[in-house]
Amino acid sequence: MVAQNIAFGIIAAIVGISALRMVTTRNIVHAALYLVAVLGGLGALYILLTAEFVATTQVLVYIGAVMVLFLFGIMLTRAPLGNTAALTGPSWPIGAAVAVMLAGVTVYALIDAFGDDRLTEGGPLYKTEQVSDSIFSTYIVPFEAVSVLLLAALIGAIVLARKD
Amino acid sequence: MLLNQFLILGAVLFAIGVYGVLARRNGVMVLMSIELMLNAVNINLVAFGVQHGVVSGQVFAVFIIAVAAAEVGVGLAIILLLYRNRTSIDVDDFDLMQG
Repeated sequence: MVAQNIAFGIIAAIVGISALRMVTTRNIVHAALYLVAVLGGLGALYILLTAEFVATTQVLVYIGAVMVLFLFGIMLTRAPLGNTAALTGPSWPIGAAVAVMLAGVTVYALIDAFGDDRLTEGGPLYKTEQVSDSIFSTYIVPFEAVSVLLLAALIGAIVLARKD
Repeated sequence: MLLNQFLILGAVLFAIGVYGVLARRNGVMVLMSIELMLNAVNINLVAFGVQHGVVSGQVFAVFIIAVAAAEVGVGLAIILLLYRNRTSIDVDDFDLMQG
């Protein structure tokens, strides 16, 4: 499918450049906005992979909730809103080397293992209905565990952050 | 579309997240890089789900999104607490365990 490949190329370029800018920009608010671009692009990729429920969840949870949390975190820690050269530590060349080596090894292993396997096209299309069926039948125990984990995490966050 | 398109994009995003965690000094930036890494894993799950024709990939991607939301909540609370106690969120300042 040519159209899908073109769409993938455009989205992947946006996501990759935004991710790079996110970890290199000197302005922390800009970093948060680049993260929004990355998350939105990934949502579009989920649509491309016909995972509509994951795409909706991505937009609702990440762009809707998590980003607001991050912006509040930036404001409450009173990070200077202008440029700050100190945002990147002195050990960044080591980090860059580690990241490049990790990417190289992983990409080599992926090309070696999957070569040019094609995505199954015209296979079964999983709609929200099937996803929810699966969550509430096969994966009911992990689902309940995640619910309790989320509750525990939220109560823990309130206990940690409240002033007393 | 090739399966590897998505897997390689995920691997590159994960490596960028690793760089962010290692190089950034601001605690909030470190958390944002961790989010990037979690998202990179999600692409792999969904792509493999499509490849194998199973719905589990999407289910686990949703689980990871929920766990990531919990992680951000607790992580930001910890960073706020650090800021309140030490008036700094520079992760290089917290070296009490260096001896």
